[in-house]
Amino acid sequence: MRLLTHNMLSSNIKGVTNGFPLRIEVEKMVEKEVELNMDFLKNMFAKVEWRALVEASRSMGYSELPDEADSSMLDSDEFLRKFHHALLELHLEEGALVCPETGRKFPVNKGIPNMLLHEDEV
Amino acid sequence: MWYLCVFYHRLLEYRKPEFEALAGLFGAESSLEWRLPEDYHPDSPFHFVNLPSEDMARSVASRSILIKGIYEIWGEGHNFEELEEAIGSYPDDRKLPYLSPGSTFKISIDSFGRVLSTRDQSDRLHKLSFIPFKGKVNLRNPEHKFCLIDNDDYGSNNGLPPIVKRKIFFGREIGAADRKLLQTYQLKSRKYLGPTAMDAEMAFLMANQAQVKPGKLVYDPFVGTGSILIAAAHYGAMTMGADIDIRVVRDGRGPNCNVWSNFQQYGLPMPISLLRADNNLPPWRSGLKEMFDAIICDPPYGVRAGGRKSGGRKLLKGVIGPYTVPDDKRTDHIPSTAPYSLAECVHDLLDVAARMLIMGGRLVYFYPVLREDDSPEPTFPEHPCFKLIATCEQILSYRYSRVLLTMVKVAPYTEEIELAAKMKHLEFRENHLKWLEEGNLHSGVFSPADVETNGGDEKFSSKPKYRGKYV
Repeated sequence: MRLLTHNMLSSNIKGVTNGFPLRIEVEKMVEKEVELNMDFLKNMFAKVEWRALVEASRSMGYSELPDEADSSMLDSDEFLRKFHHALLELHLEEGALVCPETGRKFPVNKGIPNMLLHEDEV
Repeated sequence: MWYLCVFYHRLLEYRKPEFEALAGLFGAESSLEWRLPEDYHPDSPFHFVNLPSEDMARSVASRSILIKGIYEIWGEGHNFEELEEAIGSYPDDRKLPYLSPGSTFKISIDSFGRVLSTRDQSDRLHKLSFIPFKGKVNLRNPEHKFCLIDNDDYGSNNGLPPIVKRKIFFGREIGAADRKLLQTYQLKSRKYLGPTAMDAEMAFLMANQAQVKPGKLVYDPFVGTGSILIAAAHYGAMTMGADIDIRVVRDGRGPNCNVWSNFQQYGLPMPISLLRADNNLPPWRSGLKEMFDAIICDPPYGVRAGGRKSGGRKLLKGVIGPYTVPDDKRTDHIPSTAPYSLAECVHDLLDVAARMLIMGGRLVYFYPVLREDDSPEPTFPEHPCFKLIATCEQILSYRYSRVLLTMVKVAPYTEEIELAAKMKHLEFRENHLKWLEEGNLHSGVFSPADVETNGGDEKFSSKPKYRGKYV
């Protein structure tokens, strides 16, 4: 699971009002190289929750992202490379996503987050 | 300028919508003008189309799946004498650049609905000797391709009504579909397949309807073995897929036979993400919207595969009481799922799409229709955010067909729409069993036939002989 996906997901358990961002528990992470696509990154920059991405990348052991970011930084190649790396090249292979409100763990196995709810959570 | 577009004689209702979607993708701003050759049936493969440029014609043709060729017509006639006259009066400045010495060319002789013997072909070829070709013949890799096409007397054995008058066209080929693609991606050589894997030709048509192009993000909420996303990835899109069945998305049939390996097999970039999620209760964070450029999917409609949603035992037990999972069993608990009615599934799909597509983004999906003799024209799902722009039927059996719907997001997703969707969602939850009963396609498709008992023969023979949509 890449951090772009993490940035889109929340805990949707019935009654939970603040299910985002999910805390990441890392058992195993991998890095996979992905071709850099500027247009895609610029497009995604407007969509991501920056704080959540910064925290997520830190919990994956990558702390190069600045705390704050605005669209003017997209002109910097260095910034784009870091953003690209955090968003698309870090993978959570094994671990869990933890609901910030209830502590419920959504397991991540073989890179696939399992977001399905139990019967009494819907 | 007007061009002659000759389609492959298959998937008839898919041909013009594909053409129009691609013209839009390559920059056509308004809808296209079409014209049928005189006396032709609308389902015939021959159509004239007006395009702003030859470049667009070439781009559309080479990206398409169902275009056999787009031609600049130099002449047409009911017989060779008329053809010769027409070509003679076609302006020289349109012809001579392609006939010049030093160029290479090839002429193909084609006939719709009939196979021509080599001898017939060469006879017809010789009748073209009045055209001053100065270049050299090159059959492998010519600079210019020409085609003589004829709708010879084919009787009625190709599904179309017999032709009224013979017509011969001669023209220069601008472009044609690359159907070798379909061989590369054919399902029989794909490693990981499921029971409802989308046929390669259809998957590519869906990607074309969705105007997929490099850098776009495409989502399939019922991803299965990834057969639809593979076509999208071939056209350069970033892909994301979700499925409620974790075995399909996570495990496949082993480390080298799963969704990832399917992408690897063709050297395509891996999906951005695959996840297990329920389309009924999507896990997207609040505030996330306009994320995807296109959503393409084949929802489970309960004939070959039924849909599932979360809340299994709880929903099925209904009023008996809330089902709870004991605390000590929560970690490895495997939640049961409940059946998902088509009406609810499509409602959820439209709601997710309305929220998650960018403005102008496309939702392309299959919708099943029962084919009863006396049934009125089917009505398709509607949504205030979407405009339906194409419906393409594919007949699957005597009982039912599926229709590929192409919808464009034309209005933003508002709070009112979101609220209405939530109310509807609750209604589905509360009347779960009622919705399951209604619109049960499976029973419609598989219930025993009773046509023979009440003059069934008559019923069958009263069906029109015309079988265009079966092609």
